[in-house]
Amino acid sequence: MPLNVSIVTAEREVSTRDDVQRLIVPTTEGQITLLPGHAALMASLDIGEMVAVAGGDRDPMVVHGGFIQILRDQVTVLADAAESIDEIDEARAEAARERAAERVEGRYTLEEALDMARARRALLRAQARIRIYRKYRGM
Amino acid sequence: MPGAGQVRAIRDRMRSVENTAKVTKAMELVAASKMRRAQDRALAARPYAEQMRAVLLRLASSTDTSGGDDSHPLLEQRPVSHFAFIHITANRGLAGGLNSNMNRAGAALALEHQPDVDRVSVISVGRKGRDFFRRAGFPQLAEFTDLGDYPTVSDTLPISRIVVNDYIAGEIDQVYIGFQRFVNTAIQRPTVRQILPIQPPEDDEEMGEDVAAGGSVDFIFEPSPAGLLETLLPRYVEMQVYGAILEAMASEQSARMVAMRAATDAAEEMVAGLTLTYNKARQELITSELLDIVGGTAAVER
Repeated sequence: MPLNVSIVTAEREVSTRDDVQRLIVPTTEGQITLLPGHAALMASLDIGEMVAVAGGDRDPMVVHGGFIQILRDQVTVLADAAESIDEIDEARAEAARERAAERVEGRYTLEEALDMARARRALLRAQARIRIYRKYRGM
Repeated sequence: MPGAGQVRAIRDRMRSVENTAKVTKAMELVAASKMRRAQDRALAARPYAEQMRAVLLRLASSTDTSGGDDSHPLLEQRPVSHFAFIHITANRGLAGGLNSNMNRAGAALALEHQPDVDRVSVISVGRKGRDFFRRAGFPQLAEFTDLGDYPTVSDTLPISRIVVNDYIAGEIDQVYIGFQRFVNTAIQRPTVRQILPIQPPEDDEEMGEDVAAGGSVDFIFEPSPAGLLETLLPRYVEMQVYGAILEAMASEQSARMVAMRAATDAAEEMVAGLTLTYNKARQELITSELLDIVGGTAAVER
């Protein structure tokens, strides 16, 4: 019995499929692989690569934090954002990475320092996007 | 006897009403196309909100959310001295009773809480509500009037951030949100809900059997129930604000489309009535002119 995986974000239902044999997800406690028959689990997601394996096919996505829940082979991913490789625009991601890196490394005032956490997360997101894109789309 | 001037006056009035009908028809079409997108967005946000409620329910049942010392600050119930509410209306009118109904509901909420607290403040989203509460003399903590027709989560984040930060800082003690809930194209309902302190959702029928069935299962929580709550709770508030705004947008476009359709229909009906009056008056004018001529000729012949 394969896993039933549905990925939703606040803005849309990203995908739903019921033929997933393995799901590799980045949690804040480290990468885990979910197999059918997994114990009920609720975990927070990190920014990184999530891969659904079905019949020898690998379907990679970038997730940007959120939550995952598995209960009786029903997996729900509540992602802050999720993109498939095809949705990633490498040039745009690169530009975003540079902007974010500038903000993180640049000199900043106290007020700007409050935005640091956000800038750092933006940088992590852009880096993950590029890393995963290159892994699957070659470079 | 209608004179030529009267006939012309009726014709001018017809032209004017016809032009009004053209404008309202155009507004109806614009609202209809925006409505479709706004409705889709409101509906697309519901699955996430439902799942989040389910996750929160499960977490809440395995941690202490009773408001004890070690619970999350956003769950903390305290005596209310400063009551605030987020009041969502449209930026523009011409949407039937949408804005005035919302303002009435907002005013009722404010007046209901006023006797029990030291201060009532408004966070207004949309010009119509802002102007209303400004005239009513209520202090406004913040106003948001440039969200556009299709706001994203990041557009609405500043709104939730203000209430979450002020709540944690102890500046405000209770927060409600008021918006026009989208039921369908014909029906929108003014709805008010408490968003802070967060009240963990009740285990109700709405959630479906899938969720209810999970209630008795022992979950593994990573990092820990408290750690998950820490990230989930602020996001829960963000989602409620975002969801309410999407509902309000869908309601606005729906109400405007319906209102403009009614206006167009009324204008067309009026044109039909005026056409009848115009034809009658014109006919009478011709008849009376004919009679004059016939009378004149008869007099000459005699």
